[in-house]
Amino acid sequence: MTDRADLAALVVAAQSGDQRAFESLVRATHAETYTLAYRLTGDDEDARDVTQDTYLRAYRALDRFRGDARFQTWLYRITANSASTLLGQRARHRHDELTEEAPVADERIHIDPVARAEGDSLRHHLTAALRRLPPGLRAVVVLRDVYDLPHDAIATELDISVTAAKVRLHRARRRLREDLYAQPHEGEARAV
Amino acid sequence: MRCEQVADRLPAAAEGLEALDPAARRHVERCLRCQADAVQYRKVLRAMRALRTEVLVPAPGLLPELLASLGEAGEQQAVRAMFRGRRGAYLGGLAAATAAGAAGAVVLTIRNRRSKVSLAG
Repeated sequence: MTDRADLAALVVAAQSGDQRAFESLVRATHAETYTLAYRLTGDDEDARDVTQDTYLRAYRALDRFRGDARFQTWLYRITANSASTLLGQRARHRHDELTEEAPVADERIHIDPVARAEGDSLRHHLTAALRRLPPGLRAVVVLRDVYDLPHDAIATELDISVTAAKVRLHRARRRLREDLYAQPHEGEARAV
Repeated sequence: MRCEQVADRLPAAAEGLEALDPAARRHVERCLRCQADAVQYRKVLRAMRALRTEVLVPAPGLLPELLASLGEAGEQQAVRAMFRGRRGAYLGGLAAATAAGAAGAVVLTIRNRRSKVSLAG
């Protein structure tokens, strides 16, 4: 894995026109970029498209990268923006489930909530629960709680207000908790 | 304050009870049910942060695709830069020719005036 100093050196070289340096940046970061793209879109094909678009945008805008943030963080922001654009286009074409509040299919498997709450099991179910979130909520909670982007950066890249970003974050966290700790039968005591 | 009123604010408790406003915090500190919910929010957040270290392995074809598209973009950029360079040279030549023409006209005008003055004198 290329460390931060190496990446910074590659960025400087790429900014001065070294095409190979940019290719090395792509080699070093593409898996992480793809991972974020996949988490935002929930689909391999879409994630590949978003990853490709991210690097093309980064390539064209590289001279504007000032180096006051990590290169990977800068890529996260471009990825978020690219995924948001793609999902927005989908929403306009399909007029279906891609709005923030639209219902999503519930594919939950009822498993003992106590067992689910622990370690790897929780992570596994969390990944599935993230996929069930509407894209508008998923994007915010992934960017904030997984990638630690600040609210204002999230708002900028998703083209929403900071207040909207915070509201979506709370909604997403609530849905995830409800999904992961839901009771198999209504009326039963709450699992604690 | 009732649990139902606190419920909407509890997602912020994922980052610790200090993220709650004082009234909600006082309620949670006394309410076992809300404390349990806050613990669940914290567990979810911990699991989310743990996802950060998990990197998916993309299909092997992705990297060559990315490099190919960048190569194409690089070539296009190079072609655009070349045209920009040629356009610059063309405009430069045009400007030089215009300047030379203007200078020639000035010289001719001055010569004409001098010859008229000497004929009159």
